[in-house]
Amino acid sequence: MSVNDEPLLHAQDLVRRYAVRRGMFGRPAEVRAVDGVSLTLRRGQTLGLVGESGCGKSTTGRMVLGLEMPDSGGVAFRNERMPPPGTPEWRRLRARMAMVYQDPLGALDRRLDIGVQVAEPLEIHGIGTRADRPARVEALLRSVGLRPDQARSFPHELSGGQRQRAVLARALATAPDLLVCDEPISALDVSIQAQVMNLLSEVQARTGVAMLFISHDLRAVRQMSHRVAVMYLGRVVEEGEPDDVLRAPAHPYAQALVSAIPHPGRRGGRIVLKGDPPNPAARPTGCAFHPRCAVAAAVCARDVPALKPRAADRRLVACHVAQGEAAPGAGLPRHALEAA
Amino acid sequence: MLRFLGLRLARALLTMVLVVTFAFVVLRLSGDPALLIMSADAPPEAIAAFRQAWGLNDPIWQQYIRYFAAIFRGDLGQSMRDGRPAIELVAERIPATLALTLPALAMKLGIGIPAGIHAALHRNSFADRAVMLLAVAGFTVPSFVLGLLLVLVFAVQLGWLPSGGQESWRHAVLPVLTLGIGGAAVLARFTRSAMLEVLGQPYMRTALAKGVPWARAVRRHALPNAAIPTVTIVGFMVGSLLAGAVVVESVFSWPGVGRLLVVAVANRDLAVVQCILLLVAATMVSANLAVDLLYGVLDPRLRSAPREATA
Repeated sequence: MSVNDEPLLHAQDLVRRYAVRRGMFGRPAEVRAVDGVSLTLRRGQTLGLVGESGCGKSTTGRMVLGLEMPDSGGVAFRNERMPPPGTPEWRRLRARMAMVYQDPLGALDRRLDIGVQVAEPLEIHGIGTRADRPARVEALLRSVGLRPDQARSFPHELSGGQRQRAVLARALATAPDLLVCDEPISALDVSIQAQVMNLLSEVQARTGVAMLFISHDLRAVRQMSHRVAVMYLGRVVEEGEPDDVLRAPAHPYAQALVSAIPHPGRRGGRIVLKGDPPNPAARPTGCAFHPRCAVAAAVCARDVPALKPRAADRRLVACHVAQGEAAPGAGLPRHALEAA
Repeated sequence: MLRFLGLRLARALLTMVLVVTFAFVVLRLSGDPALLIMSADAPPEAIAAFRQAWGLNDPIWQQYIRYFAAIFRGDLGQSMRDGRPAIELVAERIPATLALTLPALAMKLGIGIPAGIHAALHRNSFADRAVMLLAVAGFTVPSFVLGLLLVLVFAVQLGWLPSGGQESWRHAVLPVLTLGIGGAAVLARFTRSAMLEVLGQPYMRTALAKGVPWARAVRRHALPNAAIPTVTIVGFMVGSLLAGAVVVESVFSWPGVGRLLVVAVANRDLAVVQCILLLVAATMVSANLAVDLLYGVLDPRLRSAPREATA
């Protein structure tokens, strides 16, 4: 195995729990936002992370960056354990990884011009000298398709796409190894989404940065990713090549997600999920998806399916039915669950 | 920026005109000053002569125009009580009022802003809860209640400080405390919520994720952004330097502008009331103007409004 095949970052069995309280005097309940997620990121490659709101995508992203400590499990970056937040080693590591958020206007300080904000990471990590900073900022702005004179613009003077470019220039200032993009295009117009995605691909081709691309937009994920992981209620339920996972999904939840992508000329054929959207505070027993699953069998309400390679094609999937361990059931009506 | 300034100035002038008009209308329509001042059993000839002398027999619109013209000449009329120029009566009270409100303003800023910032930076800590509890107590208790409470404790029970009057600096302590506590409470709450709002912004999260040390992120990103809404409330406090102490001056029998206003209103001393209203409005309007200019400095979006991008 050559050095480049070594994973840049490996997250093992990440678990993140939050204590929530219902009302002022409610009993504290535990919510598992992330419940045993393992991910591997490689240099120059993009891992797409998809799933509905609240499934733990963003929390996973923050743990991967080391902004939040997992309650159990761990993250290894370049074969070294992530240091605890706030320590000097952790702060040095900030230069090696960057994050791009959904709302570019919110991610910029409206009082400071773009040049100052792009230069800030250089200042705090002591990269370059004061004298060569303007040149560095200029090069960064050019590299994301902004004009050097836009360094003097304030965030409100730029369009949405330009703001996201500025955010990206700031993220790339320290030449990071890892970029976590949390819904980077959701707040943008459709025409600008494509530009920003192209820019991200371009940057990756040029710099070899590894990306974790978090999105609920399956088409964007398919275009951007080398691998895709589908999350449901804090767990990865399926992982594989984008073309496999997003064309012929194995997990019933992934099938429902994929069938929701609108296609011109297609009528019907959508799998409409029944039942309540998942509530992490009241996690179903067994497979978390079974109350909404069309093919759930009796075992699904009892045993948690493990994420493992499927015999037929080595695709990673966490489903008793897809693994062939259980015959497809007709779904479990809710009253059957309560009796069980 | 010039257009912005011109607009603000025009609005400030319009506000002043409205205040003058309002004062005139309300005071003229709410009772006959001749009867109030001369008392009802005065000889009719005397009342008629009073009306003649002050021009109260003319149609109301003529009185209005005359009043307005006089103001533009810088003539704010004479007190109907003792015939001295109203502006003189008011001016000699201003130092007494500022002797209370300026130290109180310093106390509001000196306690309210640091307390609010500390509470926000240590959210949900004991200090935060204590500050907020005190703040809610401080601004829900009306100033006359707080003033009387302070008198009860420090003047009546402990006998440390005098309960009223204006003989020495010790007489100013309780009224300044009364004014300062309420204002500091309001400012602490305001500063805290402005800070919390900014601390939750993605650019703060981004800065920390980029490895910016906490103290630097607070200094460079949080405090300047939180200052923008806080400036508004501080401007309001500066604007009420002259008028903010009416109740407190009455409670502590402090001979300032506020007490003069109360007495002048009770006596229908129109010229004095109008003079005070004009002065108070002028301070408030100039404070607001100053706030608007400060906004331009603090918030680049206001400096270059015409270049606003839409997408």
